[in-house]
Amino acid sequence: MMYESGQASGYNYGYLDEQTKRMIRRSLLKAIAIPGYQVPFGGREMPMPYGWGTGGIQITAAIIGQPDVLKVIDQGADDTTNAVSIRQFFEKVAAVTTTEKTSDASLIQTRHRIPEKPLKEGQILIYQVPIPEPLRFIEPRETETRKMHELEEYGVMHVKLYEDIARYGHISTSYAYPVKVNGRYIMDPSPIPKFDNPKMNQMPALQLFGAGREKRIYAIPPYTDVKSLDFDDHPFEVQRWGEPCAICGSTESFLDEVVTDDQGGRMFVCSDTDYCREQQALPKSEESMSCL
Amino acid sequence: MMNTMNNKVMLRVENISKTFVLHNQGGASLSVLDDSSFQVESGECVVLLGQSGSGKSTLLKALYANYLVDGGQILVRQNLDSRHWIDLVTATPKSILEVRKHTIGWVSQFLRVIPRISALDVVSQPLVELGENKTIAREKAKILLRRLNVPEALWHLAPATFSGGEQQRVNIARGFIVESPILLLDEPTASLDEKNCQVVIELISEAKQRGAAIVGIFHDESVRQRVADKIYDMSKSTLFVVEH
Amino acid sequence: MSVMEVENSSGLAEINRAHREPQPLLKVSQLTKLYQPGKGCQAINFELWPGEVLGIVGESGSGKSTLLRVLSGREEPDNGYVQYQISPNNSVSLYGLSESERRRLLRTEWGVVHQHPMDGLRPRVSAGGNIGERLMAVGSRHYGDIREQAADWLSQVEIPVDRIDDMPITFSGGMQQRLQIARNLVTHPKLVFMDEPTGGLDVSVQARLLDLIRNLVTELGLSVVIVTHDLAVARLLAHRLVVMKESRIVETGLTDQVLDDPQHPYTQLLVSSVLQG
Repeated sequence: MMYESGQASGYNYGYLDEQTKRMIRRSLLKAIAIPGYQVPFGGREMPMPYGWGTGGIQITAAIIGQPDVLKVIDQGADDTTNAVSIRQFFEKVAAVTTTEKTSDASLIQTRHRIPEKPLKEGQILIYQVPIPEPLRFIEPRETETRKMHELEEYGVMHVKLYEDIARYGHISTSYAYPVKVNGRYIMDPSPIPKFDNPKMNQMPALQLFGAGREKRIYAIPPYTDVKSLDFDDHPFEVQRWGEPCAICGSTESFLDEVVTDDQGGRMFVCSDTDYCREQQALPKSEESMSCL
Repeated sequence: MMNTMNNKVMLRVENISKTFVLHNQGGASLSVLDDSSFQVESGECVVLLGQSGSGKSTLLKALYANYLVDGGQILVRQNLDSRHWIDLVTATPKSILEVRKHTIGWVSQFLRVIPRISALDVVSQPLVELGENKTIAREKAKILLRRLNVPEALWHLAPATFSGGEQQRVNIARGFIVESPILLLDEPTASLDEKNCQVVIELISEAKQRGAAIVGIFHDESVRQRVADKIYDMSKSTLFVVEH
Repeated sequence: MSVMEVENSSGLAEINRAHREPQPLLKVSQLTKLYQPGKGCQAINFELWPGEVLGIVGESGSGKSTLLRVLSGREEPDNGYVQYQISPNNSVSLYGLSESERRRLLRTEWGVVHQHPMDGLRPRVSAGGNIGERLMAVGSRHYGDIREQAADWLSQVEIPVDRIDDMPITFSGGMQQRLQIARNLVTHPKLVFMDEPTGGLDVSVQARLLDLIRNLVTELGLSVVIVTHDLAVARLLAHRLVVMKESRIVETGLTDQVLDDPQHPYTQLLVSSVLQG
């Protein structure tokens, strides 16, 4: 579905002024030139508080143009309150066409998920990031973490994984799973489930990350190596579910658990709403047809 | 002028003097050694003789470089076959540590007790430091301790709780376990009974037979008579040969 | 003498000699770091050889901790240099290295044991993780191997192996200190700096720790620079001593000689002030 709208008056195109957009674009260019490196930027006051996606919104605002088609998802869904709010915001300040269909979008702003449908060259995925610093859990000092990135002192990241295995028998980190980008910088991919990590590797689309409160931008250019950290004897693994999506039957997507009643009834459904819809619309397989 | 013709000399003390300056007692100075000279040959034992306060202990400690001297030379030959001499007065600390390890054995007057080290390990340590296998070193230590009548029950205990005599015998074993070319003995029999005195005298005799050059202080006249080949009289600063 | 200096001087014979003669592991020349006149350290000269333990003694305020910090690459001096023999034919000036190289040195070939063990440990990482960190920092990627090495080191420092997953804050002071030592030794450093390692520990716990340190020094051929105000610790561990007073070295020599026949008035005062047990 496509939405047409009119540009709100009294605001510059895309809400941000042109100089701010230039500043953000400069930061983006630097981030793309140094894959995985956190570039500080002069984040602006946005009409929503920190913690509501201001980083992602500023990136989108800086690069969005009339010809773009924008999709906004929150935990994979186009229809949650936040996704709807942000989409409407851009309809108002950028008079841009919006969509829920992944394959139709040129810009996709996302909170905490990567769309199931593989992205293509020319698409841009914009992630909302709460805490950009992967080393923050063990080193509270910004001066020290910057030094660690500069000197590639990443031993502590494996300490965290070691602790997981020692405590739980396996690496228990299931989202915001740290990755090494282009063989150099270690990056926090934002709180996407580790299920999505492999999608980042050699992705044809451009991936941009914005943290509004922390005022950091980072990026992964198309076709870049992104490797999840692990041990030789405890290799990286994605999550698996015992059952398919209750709606579309997919066994390939990330499933959300939905509680259906007070007796502990539950079902698993695709978190990516567009993907689930698409799967449902596919012609049924020969096998199931023959059961009729 | 060094006497290189006599190739049996192992230790040569030349004109050493020492004055202690006690800075915290108004700079009082104590002249303890004054122009002392003597030499010790392989296979002989020189006994330092003198009254208490005569400086014999100071002299012995100077031979181990435990005390500094104000002037003169203390020349030590590495071993009987070597032509290499070291002057302890001018040697670097590193060289002195090497000399102590390989050339000079030392039996101090009192055992300096290190916590948690068993008697067996205290005795075997000098051998282990020279690279000897720990088990073999411990076996040699046991032989010595047995000879010195240290009961086996004490071997695995730390000497802190031993009697004075037992501690001293551990000390002696430690000093004799390495067959050092030079041996310095500071009152080794002071707290020993006749039986153990005899063992020490035998150890000294055996050391002499293998060519060790020994300098010692013995408070007991009879022991002196049995071990000394020469006597260095501190009061006269002269070396006398002992008539046997 | 560094290789550079040798090549600039007389010639082949000099170079051959420099290469054949054993070099000190650490060579300190005119090292100076002063916060105020007389506060810090100045004109410090000494050499440290492989397998040697050097004690730095003096009262608090004498500058020994400053000296240790400068020596271990954690504080840049005002003057002088620290030369480290990185391999038989090559020495480097510590502050001529890039910061990255210096930090790397501190993680691999060098160790630092802090007076307060929690300064040298990660409080919310298990004992095993603390020991394994240096291994992971230099590229170890096999969980099983790392854990095995950590367990091995725990037993070497006499910490029960079943505490491998416990947090250091649950350990006693003596155990924390031993854990800190294990954490440093896991990459087989050549040189370890210790700042009052037994400070704040009970006497019996001290004895155990000193015993451990002494054994490790002998077994591993470690060189150690140890700062202490406790002369008994110095006598037990150090081969050589350096006595500091008001930022300068006033006396140096073999440990037993400095303690039994002190020359300098200050050393005499220090030695005579020790309570006899």
